[in-house]
Amino acid sequence: MRKYSHVLALFNDFEAAAHAIAALRESRLQGFKMRDVMLKSPIDHPECAEELGERPVYIQLFTLMGAVLGSSLGFLAISAAQANFLRQPRGGFPLVPVPPNMVITYELFILGAVFFTIIACYVVFWLHHDKDVLYSQEISVDKIGILVKADPSAVAGIRDIFTRHHALEISESTDAARQK
Amino acid sequence: MTPTTHDEHEVTVEPRFVIKPKDINEEISWAQINEDVLGSLERPRPLYWVIFFGSLAAFCWGVYCEVYQYRTGLGVAALENPQVWGLYIATFIFWIGMSHSGTLLSAILLIMHADWRKPIYRFAEAMTTFSLMTAGLFVLVHLGRIWQFYYVVAYPSERWTWPNFSSPLVWDATAIGSYLTTSVIFLYFGMIPDLAICRDKAHGFRRTFYRVLSVGWKGTDWQWANFRVTYLTLACLLIPLAVSVHSIVATDFAVSQQPGWHTTSFPPYFVAGALYSGCAAIITLFIILRYTFRFEQYMTIPILEKLCKLTFAISMVWTYLNVVEYASVWYGTDPYAKQALIFRATGLYAGWWWSMNILGSVVPFALTFKALRTHIPTMMVVSLLLNLGMWIERFMIVTPTFAHGYYPWTWTDHWWPNWVQIGIILGSFGWFTMLFMLFCKIFPSVSMYEVKEMVYHRIRARKVPVPQPAPSAPQPAES
Repeated sequence: MRKYSHVLALFNDFEAAAHAIAALRESRLQGFKMRDVMLKSPIDHPECAEELGERPVYIQLFTLMGAVLGSSLGFLAISAAQANFLRQPRGGFPLVPVPPNMVITYELFILGAVFFTIIACYVVFWLHHDKDVLYSQEISVDKIGILVKADPSAVAGIRDIFTRHHALEISESTDAARQK
Repeated sequence: MTPTTHDEHEVTVEPRFVIKPKDINEEISWAQINEDVLGSLERPRPLYWVIFFGSLAAFCWGVYCEVYQYRTGLGVAALENPQVWGLYIATFIFWIGMSHSGTLLSAILLIMHADWRKPIYRFAEAMTTFSLMTAGLFVLVHLGRIWQFYYVVAYPSERWTWPNFSSPLVWDATAIGSYLTTSVIFLYFGMIPDLAICRDKAHGFRRTFYRVLSVGWKGTDWQWANFRVTYLTLACLLIPLAVSVHSIVATDFAVSQQPGWHTTSFPPYFVAGALYSGCAAIITLFIILRYTFRFEQYMTIPILEKLCKLTFAISMVWTYLNVVEYASVWYGTDPYAKQALIFRATGLYAGWWWSMNILGSVVPFALTFKALRTHIPTMMVVSLLLNLGMWIERFMIVTPTFAHGYYPWTWTDHWWPNWVQIGIILGSFGWFTMLFMLFCKIFPSVSMYEVKEMVYHRIRARKVPVPQPAPSAPQPAES
């Protein structure tokens, strides 16, 4: 199994971090891909994250699925329970009362969408979660981190780029060290 | 009075250059924000404990009253024909209404990019959640037979018992259940980055607690991108849900035949009233939290002013809908509804009716005066008066209507709840306040990452050079 190293550099501000990311992209260093470069920050900063390239988000797709399933459950299940499974003596009223069922359908439409949205987001968090990877508590305060997963041969070049862009602190770990 | 002479050295400053007070100190460091908010979890002012134990005592009294009512029967609560709903349903509507402004402040202002909401939306969301939990209790209390609660839930009728799907009470259970679930998710999800900050600073059991809740948050760009989309999506889903909940509560009344309730304007009237009472409650809690947790740097006077302006605007919408309701009844063709309106204004409950109108429609004008808006003790009193007015509004919806229905033999010339009902209602306020204060002690009640974003973007906006107008095209030379 191929061994990788992780390099984490901390920066004071987003401008410095953005310049470092741009330098990484233009460096043509062998041994890492821009997909393996990750920005860690205390606030959301889409402009800086754009420097890393496109990060697709599929949450809305799951929201749509949840909405469709929720509304289907709301209407079909409740209607079926009233109309088909049991005979109701309703005195001439329709077997499936559409307006009241629409209200419940509306509520379950939203509830289904909410559940699927949140589950999708947790799945994404879980997929991108690696508890052993380098992390600094300074990131939750006021520092911007750039984490690079790279071949050990590229680490020196990456450290050099970070140093040239005034990284405050650079730390490194290897797969072998983490497995210990 | 001597005429003033113009001083030739006097400098006139154009209004557009007058510096407005800032919503927040933009020079505050991010580390300071963390320290202040995390500090609030450790050492609140002594008033915190006074409020907490006071609310705990009120809650215990409410529990005693409820146990007494449960063991003895609903008769001890002075619930009798025609006053079968008493204060329970009025207070249920009050708590449902309180829950709406958390959504307004959090979701609607989020979509509108009003960044002044950022230091204060977290506690407003918590208020939403705990108000809904309190409202749910009243459904149980009012039922009397608590163990038969599932009769109001929409479930398949496998036992040949028929929940009436055409009844708004069944819709209510679905709507409130959905709203409570979504509100809890929305509140928790928005806290995840802050829970990670708590995790990084905590020790022992607290660290484990926050680590579990922060679901591995490391602030990566992947996480932020998904977080942003999810949060916005939840906000968009929450807004129609909030509107539907109070519309359905209004439908509980509007679909009935009682004079005074059978009005098509009830749903928007309820929604406006809900937003109004919620905003007033937010002002009250704003002032309490600002003092007890030393949040003077975050819950600032300019933000309080904006809240007051929002409350005033909503109060005028509520007043307008009130006038619409009175006018449509007055000029309508239903003599019973008109008689019910006259009874409210001149009958047994006239004092309450006039109090409601004065507190709900006249007192808000205090919010238009800057001197009053910026004076914290005055605002505390005004917000409490507005809350009282909105509680009386719910009382006026329920009680006088039952007291003066279609059947003269049911008309009552005296009715007032006894100590059991009042005790349970006091207990509900204790329950809400206790949960709210506990929340503020365990979770950050100011959103740290959003305040950082607010400060960051405001400073960055100041640094952006003002775009210069493009040079005009050279004019052709005149021949």
